[in-house]
Order: sequence, then C-alpha cells, then structure tokens
Amino acid sequence: MADLINLTIDGIPVAVPRGTVIVDAAKKINNDIPVFCYHPKLKPVGMCRMCLVEVGTPQVDRATRQVVIGADGNAVIAWMPKLQTACTTPVSEGMAVRTNTKQVLEARDDVLEFLLTSHPLDCPICDKGGECPLQNLTLAHGPGVSRFDYEAKQHNAKHVPLGDLIFLDRERCIQCSRCVRFQDEVADDHVLQFHERGRHMEIITFSDPPFDSVFGGNTTDICPVGALTTADFRFKARPWELDSTPSVCTHCPVGCNLSLNTRLETRSGGHEIKRVMPRQNEQVNEIWICDKGRYVHHFTRAEDRITRPLVRDARGNLAESTWEAALQLVADRVRGRQVGGVIGDRIANEDAYLFARLFREVLKGGFTAMSPAFPTAYADIARTYGVGKDTDFKELGKGDVILLVNCDLEQSAPVWFLRLRQAVVDRGARLIIAHDRPTKMHRYAARIDQYELGKAAHWATEQAAALADELKSARNVLVVFGDEKLSAEGARSLARSLANVLIESGHTGKANSGLLPLYPHANTQGVFDALERGFTVPEQVGVAWLVGVGDGNAVPKAAFTVVQELFLTDLAKNADVVLPALSFAEREGTFTSGDRRVQRFYRALPPLGQARADWWIIQEVAKRLGAKWDYKDAGQIFGDLAGHNALYAGLTYASLGQVEAQWPPVGRADLYYGGAVYDNSGGIGARYAAGAERAGFMPAVEWVTAPDADIEALQRLPRMLYQDGELIGRSKVLAGHIQFNETEIARAAR
Amino acid sequence: MDKHVLLRDLDIPNIRELDVYQANDGYAAWRKALTAMKPDEVMGVVKDSGLRGRGGAGFPAGLKWSFLPKDMFPKYVVVNGDESEAGTFKDHQLIENNPHQVIEGVALCAYAVQAGAAYIYLRGEFYEPAGPLQKALDEAYAAGMLGQNILGTGYSLNIYIHLGAGAYICGEETALLESLEGKLGMPRLRPPFPAVQGLYAKPTVINNVETLANVPPIVLNGAQWYRQFGTEKSPGTKIFCVSGRVNKPGNFELPLGQYTIRQLIEMAGGVTDGRPVKGILPAGSSAPILPASALDTKLDYESVQAAGSILGSASFVILDDTVDIVWAARKMVRFFRHESCGKCTPCREGTFWALRLYDKIVAGHGASHDIDMLADVANGMANKCFCLLGEFATSPVLSTLKHFRPEYEQFVREHSDGKAGVYEDQLIRDHAISVNGVEPVGVAH
Repeated sequence: MADLINLTIDGIPVAVPRGTVIVDAAKKINNDIPVFCYHPKLKPVGMCRMCLVEVGTPQVDRATRQVVIGADGNAVIAWMPKLQTACTTPVSEGMAVRTNTKQVLEARDDVLEFLLTSHPLDCPICDKGGECPLQNLTLAHGPGVSRFDYEAKQHNAKHVPLGDLIFLDRERCIQCSRCVRFQDEVADDHVLQFHERGRHMEIITFSDPPFDSVFGGNTTDICPVGALTTADFRFKARPWELDSTPSVCTHCPVGCNLSLNTRLETRSGGHEIKRVMPRQNEQVNEIWICDKGRYVHHFTRAEDRITRPLVRDARGNLAESTWEAALQLVADRVRGRQVGGVIGDRIANEDAYLFARLFREVLKGGFTAMSPAFPTAYADIARTYGVGKDTDFKELGKGDVILLVNCDLEQSAPVWFLRLRQAVVDRGARLIIAHDRPTKMHRYAARIDQYELGKAAHWATEQAAALADELKSARNVLVVFGDEKLSAEGARSLARSLANVLIESGHTGKANSGLLPLYPHANTQGVFDALERGFTVPEQVGVAWLVGVGDGNAVPKAAFTVVQELFLTDLAKNADVVLPALSFAEREGTFTSGDRRVQRFYRALPPLGQARADWWIIQEVAKRLGAKWDYKDAGQIFGDLAGHNALYAGLTYASLGQVEAQWPPVGRADLYYGGAVYDNSGGIGARYAAGAERAGFMPAVEWVTAPDADIEALQRLPRMLYQDGELIGRSKVLAGHIQFNETEIARAAR
Repeated sequence: MDKHVLLRDLDIPNIRELDVYQANDGYAAWRKALTAMKPDEVMGVVKDSGLRGRGGAGFPAGLKWSFLPKDMFPKYVVVNGDESEAGTFKDHQLIENNPHQVIEGVALCAYAVQAGAAYIYLRGEFYEPAGPLQKALDEAYAAGMLGQNILGTGYSLNIYIHLGAGAYICGEETALLESLEGKLGMPRLRPPFPAVQGLYAKPTVINNVETLANVPPIVLNGAQWYRQFGTEKSPGTKIFCVSGRVNKPGNFELPLGQYTIRQLIEMAGGVTDGRPVKGILPAGSSAPILPASALDTKLDYESVQAAGSILGSASFVILDDTVDIVWAARKMVRFFRHESCGKCTPCREGTFWALRLYDKIVAGHGASHDIDMLADVANGMANKCFCLLGEFATSPVLSTLKHFRPEYEQFVREHSDGKAGVYEDQLIRDHAISVNGVEPVGVAH
C-alpha cells in the first residue's frame, strides 16, 4: 500500500494505490460516478459507457521531460480530447478528473437515454423496483421524458427460464454482462454467454442442465436491472416492503453473512422470509453466497414446524401439552438419574454453553456429546493448529501454498471454494490436492495426489515428511481437510499428520497459515468449544436429552427421551417429550465458523407458536432443578461464555456486532453495484486466536496411527451441497437439486 | 500506372500461378530476407519505406511491428482480410489474383517479428477467393517457401487461413482476434494493445492484406525505390476501389497524393449517364460523405482529412444526383444497426434508434423534429462508443445532415402522407417495422 498515486477529482485531491481505476478512486471521496457494467468484484469492461468523465494528465515538456507548471503554480493539465471511461482508466500520478462538467453530465444523459430506449420501464411490476441502479440513475441523470416512440420499442420475451432457479427478462436486460462475467471470473462455471449481436444480443445459458452453477443466485444480486430474478423471490414482494435483518448461514462451516428479508404475511400468520441476501463481510463471504444458503430458508415457516410442547400421554401418543407441564415433567425425570445429553452442531454457542453448564453444575454425573460426533475427533487439533487469527483469504497469493486434502470444497464449503480458487487462479497461490476422486477444484491444482478410497489418513502419514520439506520455502501454507470416508480414528490421524506438516514446515501460529477443517455444519467448532471436555455418552443412559439432533445420528438408548426440535423427526416421534425450538431466524445468538470466527445473528422473525429458544428451554429445566439462573437473553449468556471459556476471552457480544468500513463500498445507499442489502449493520464478527498463537504454546509433533480402512469409514459419505435432509427438503424451489447419496457399500453391492 | 506494384495481375496474366510469380521476381524478396538479412533489417526497410497501414487507420506498418516485445514468444502475425467495409473489394482481388505476393508479404512480416505462425483471417463470404489462396499456400509449401526449416535457414513458418462468420465488427483488429480465438466478435479493451497481448494473449502483428502485399517489393527494391511513389507523408501506391454510380467500377492502383477524386472518377469511366456527382463516400459507409465541391481533393490521407472526411480503406462510393440522400443514409444506418456488435450502449441502442427514425421518415410519418432527433441521436453516440464502428455509424447521419439537410426537409414535406410509397418493399424486406398494416415476418438480424 506504500505505492500511492495522487490525483485530483473535481479539484479534490485523493491518494489511492497504483492500479485503482477512477471509479473506485472517486468512491474514496464519496463521488459516485454512475456505472452499470462496472462492478468492483469483476474485471472492468467499459461496455455501458455510463461512467464517462474528462481525464487529463500533467503536460510534459518534450525537451526537458519536466511537468509544465502554469501561472497558478499548478501543473498544466493536458485534457484528453474524448471522454474516458472511469471504470477502465487506472489512475496515474498528477491525473486530473472532472466529473461534473456540462460535457460529462450530457454524456450521462445521452447514455441513459439510450439505455431506456430498449428498456420496458415496467418498474411498477419489476422485482428490482425500489433498489434498481437503472431506476436510481434515471432519476439522477436521465431525461424527464422519453423521446423514443413507444410503438417503436422492441419487445422481447419476459419470462425466460435460465435453469429452474433463475428467470431472465430479455426486455429489461441492458447487456452489461455482469452475470456472464460473474459466472466466468468468480464462479468459474461458464454457463452464460451473449448470443446474437447488436440490439438482438441476449443472455443465454448453454450448459446442460441449464445454468448449472451453485452460485447462480448471485447474478440476480449484481444485475443492475430486474433482468435476472430468482424463481424464489420473483413477484413475491416489493423491495421496500421488506425488513432486513443481519444473520448467518447455518449450513456449512463458512458462516456466510446473510440478510434475511422479511415481510408481514397473513398467509403464514405473521412474518416470513421472502428472500435471503448476502451481507457484505470481506473477511468471510465478500458479497457472495451459494444457492443452498439462498433458497433453503423455507423450513423456517414450514407448515409442519412444531409449535407446542408435546408429551406422551397415557395411551402412548404424543399429545400437545403446556410448557409448564412439559418442563416440570422433564425436570422430574432427569432429577437424580443418569442423563445423556446430545447437542447438534447447528445449535448456537449460547445454547451449547448453557447445556454444558447444566451438566457441569446441575446434572452432575451426566454425559454430553456433540452430534454428529466424529468432528470431536479432530476439532481440538483444528483449533490448535488452525488458521491464524489475522488470516485474510484475500492476502493468499503468489508464494503461498494451499493444500486440499480429502475434501470437495465446492460441495462442502462453496464460498471457500470461490475464495481459494481466486487465490490460486487470480493471485498465483500454488494448489496441491490429495483426494480419492476428482473434484471441481482439481482443475486449478499444480499437483494432484490420488489415493485409494478411505486411505486419506494413510496418505498423510506417508507423505508428511516429504510435504513438510517441500512446504518449508512457502510463504504461507493453508491446509484444508475433510473427514469423508474416514472413521473418527482416521480423521484424527489425518488432522494430526497435517498439523505435523505445518509444525515441521514452520507454518503454525501465524496469519494466513494453518488448518481449515471442513466441518459438517455452521457451529461445529462452537458447540465443540462449549462442551469443553464432555464428548461421549454411554450407549445406555437413564434419560436421553437430544437438542437439535437430526435423524441418522447416533443417540443413546434410554427409558425416557427428551427432544428439542423444529420438526417431528423420527427421533422426536419416538421421544417422550418434544419441546418446540426456535429456528435461527427467530432468535439471536452467535455461531463459530470453521475458521473460528465468532459471528452474531439476529432475530428476523417472531417466534412461531409457542416455540422457544433452546437456551430458554435448558434454563427453565435448570431452574426447576434448583439452579439460580436468570439469563434474559443470548447476549448475557455469551458474556458468561466469554468469561468462562478462555478461548473466547476478550470477545464481547457488543464488539461482535460492530462494523468497520469495508472496501469496496457495495452496500451504500447508491445501489450502483446492484443488490440492496449488502449493507452490513450486524457486525463482522471476530476470530479467536488458534492455540498455536497463544503465549507459551509449544507446537509438538505427535503421530496418530491411521486405522486400516474399515466398513465404518466407507459408510461416511462425502457431504454434497444439496444433500437430502430435514431442512432442504422443505424448500420446494430446490426440489430438483436434492442429492440422494448412496453409500460406497451400496454402490459396490449394486 | 505503367506497372502495378500490387495489382500485378493486370500486367502479368496468371501471376496467381507459382511459376509465373517466380518468373517475375516472385519470392525473390523472401529469399533475400532469409539468406541475407537479419529480421531487424527487414523491419528497418519497411520502417524507412514509410509504408502506412492500408486497412483504414494509416498507421506506419514498420512502427507497428517494432512495438512487439523482443523476448516474448510465441508471436503471431494476423492478416486482416475481413474486408467488410461497404464498397471495399481490393483485398479480394489481391487474394484471388495475386495470392503469392500476399503470402510473401505475410512471410516477410513474420520473419521480421520472428513469428512462427500467421493467420489470414478472411471474411466468411470469401470462401471463393479462399480457394485460390489456399492453392497458392499449398504451392508455396510444396516449393519449400513455407513450413519447417525454410530454405535450410532454420526458420519455420506456418500460415493458416481462417474464415470468419460474417460480421463487420471482425474487421476491427481486436474483435478479429476474439473471433479468431473462437469467441464472439467483440472489440477488446485497449490497453493492452495486440502488439503486447494479441492472439491468445501473445504479441501479435495485425496488418491488412494490402499492407503486407506492399512488403515484398519494398524488401526487394528498397525503401528509396518505394518512396518514388506517393508523397512524403503517404508514400507508395494505394488501391482505390470505385463503385456506385460510375460506368466502370473497379480497383485502381495509384500513387498516393498524385490524383484527385475527379480524376479517379474519370478513370472509372465517369458518372453513369454523365450525370453530376452529388456526394462522395471516400471510405464506404464509415466515412463522412463529401459534397461535389470536394471533387478536386487530392487522393492521400491528409488531403481527404482536410476536406472533412477520411481516406480509410479508399473505397470510393460515388453518388449522383439521382440518389435520394435520405434513402442512402437510411441504407447505411441499417447496415450499422445490423452490424453493431452490441457491446456498448451508444452503438447498440443508437443505431437501433436512428434506424427507427429513418424508417419512420421513409414510411411517410416523419416530421421536421424527427430530423433534429436524428442529429441528437447521432451526436449522443459520437465520441462515446467503445470502438470506431459506433463512431463510424454516426457519419452517414451527421455528414448527410451537414451537407444535405434541405433534402431531408423536402423529403418529410413530400412524404407526410403516411405512405411508404417506393420504400414500402424495402421496409418490409428489412423487417424493421410494420408498414401500413403489413407486419414484419420475423426479426432481422
């Protein structure tokens, strides 16, 4: 950043790094040069011609090669004869830019008028209306009346499906190519292209299936008009009716920042989520989210949500009950008995902390565990040798090595796929992949090691010494690993070997280096941290207490089972008491992402029926067992958590909600960059330090023997993005995408 | 001219045959360069000759070659044979009737910049001249003039022909490169310039067919010999295409700066039926029209520019007083509407809008304010487009309005009855709009 270039824009001096284009330089001084095709996350193309400005450079005397100084003591500026596109022109020393002259203002008028000749001006029925750059810029720069004959308009198809999730309105399209460029440059799914030419030019998809990309929804956000709309949000609401609440995605370890757009809806008897939008967090997801995060929200207002406590009655049926009766029953049954508590890894930190505290202080002699259990085998290693506190994926580039082991990044952490792909492709980081099968990331790899099915841990043990040697010369080493087709023992061995590689090559305890575990869900690390040491429950206990444990996971056998859930899962159907919990959208709290970033999410929807937050349920039982707890909200619990757990020391609920100014400024009121709710008002969170970064820590190499590949390991399937499940199954819009994975054993048997 | 430098087929029958070409100094320059000259010397001769690009811009060819970085490989030579400007047919004749001279020029250019491959990009409609050119290439390969280790010098060169898909924009050098790479023909952002990042992002020379056809005689006879033709700033001979309302349309190779437009028209047999000239398009539809008062303008880059137009590819279209200027302008605007690639807003929308206005006028619905609007639309496009095509598209509108505004006024006065009259057929054929109840049958592309 030392290399700053000085220029003036409308006489105002500004200094920006070399390579910055004029549009961005002007943003620094709050001068919004209008743009349509330019987007700060995409390469400039200069197509729309909206950003034309006057540009001049200091006049240089040919003989002396010195800048000519005028009578006023300033450099004489040689103005270029034609207007220049501010989005493609990089700044240069002494440059002068004029953005408010008659010539510039007229050019904006002209270009806007041209755009509107083909635009249908159907704002009153357009989903973008109200947050549309074209609409805003028309008000700011456009002519007041149309001089174009209405009859002469060219009419085009208005409901063209580009795949089942995105619709194209060809009349509204202004051919800015943001969508095409996003798919090419960011997602690297080359599925969109221009077709035909001139006034007939249109966007087409040529992949089969059409628009085959898990990032497609982002194109609707950056579309500067209402040409691209999602099948989910299309004609569902007007943007200005929507309330926006900061939230965090719960479906993978990335922890993408979201904005939940909600509206009062009589149909669902209250508010419901109308759409999910990315919220800018340059540290986490920039301004992107995957389509699962965007479309999976329908479970929050699914008709089969449990809304009242259920208690098994005398005839053995689950019957609706009251909170008082249900809580008292639970308290009576757990008192004095051996309780096995299992908590799912989507549950917030506050609930997990309180659950652990319940067992620590009240239900002494009980057991806790996390579900699914296998990440407990390696989460401590990942936390200790995890990526450094100040890691920024944007800094990964030339000289750095990214090692991907046993994971399909695009499927298990799509946004990390985007970001690490850019580190490799755009900035020159070296990618090494070890896996048992090809994944999408393979095409960028400098080296690929392929091992036999289930032999990831063996590969790591064998290769560790050579790898460590090779990586010594790297600037940074980021190691991403997954646990598919490994037993718990195998996953631990893999994590340990990879940690050893980092230790031996000297890449622990520093920024931009370390382990990045691909946990199954959004808060695996957080729940693991909260449970501290309680990770195993006997197979048989007196009472089983299951909080947010999905079907298909191991649970203890018990005479009496309590379930806290959103839906009547198979586990819930067989339980004795079912307590209705709140979804992430109906409450607040914090999640800890796979890279240990603690982030707040907020309440976007009112509670559904009598459902209550998991922490509230846990506290109410604790109170009935004599605990003197009086937590009023999640923030209070987080305060206790941070005071109790050294890892979280120094973090406060308030500080997690703080926002720093982010670059590029995409979420401002001008909306030039498309997408209204990028604006982050909910905080950018904070990463806690890895063990290896803490004072006095001595990294130590330690080997864990890799087990022979066994039946259990092969049954542990790769996690697919659209894996069939309780939540995704309730989003009809994704119905065509759900993946039903079969086990390797079933496949072999077939 | 006594002897042609480029159109040698007019002097020597069958020069398209290799043996005839070789019997007339053919490949002598190539042998000389390969055996007795360093690449830089070849470049130096071309620089000294003052040869300017014949594609339209008139940029000094040798200077263009020298922009290629010396230490980046591979390098490419791309030959622009898109020849898509209306009224241009000079490259066609060269390729078809004097192909070996084109090939020798390409080879010399490739040697000068040390490229190992050259691509001759021909417009899609040139499948006919592509045949003789390919035949000539085959002969050159068979004679050892191309291929591996040419004449035992260690230098290898392959030349390929590529046919475009029929887009005017692919005559623009960066759009041509996109098209050659198999992409949609759209101009690229500059910088980087093709000399640094051209074909497949490698250093690339792009020259017009005619430009390179000049190179063999320059290398063979030297820069001074070449400079005997033409003027100080525009040396050499140039092929002038003459078409439109003349008796003998065709190609005429003349030294630059020696003759006038009037003399050129005389060479072309004079105006049809001896009628007076009304307007001159010096470079097809992309050049501003010149009125008859410009007839004594000298034929070189500077003089034509001083007269208010551009020499460009020197494709003279002559309009006589029977030509309806509104009709002619509409035809040119339709051409640009049809050929606009759609990349930038002003050209994509402006050509579309301008054509709608012309259609309205010729359909008999126009009024005086529509003429003003035409000027507004063209001025709105001017200096805002991504590439020159968009800027060119304003020429037919602005220049005809500048010189023939009264004719527009008269036209709307006489055609205000809502009837397209003699233009009806054309409007319907162009599918641009429905005319008096006749609906277009499809969308014109």
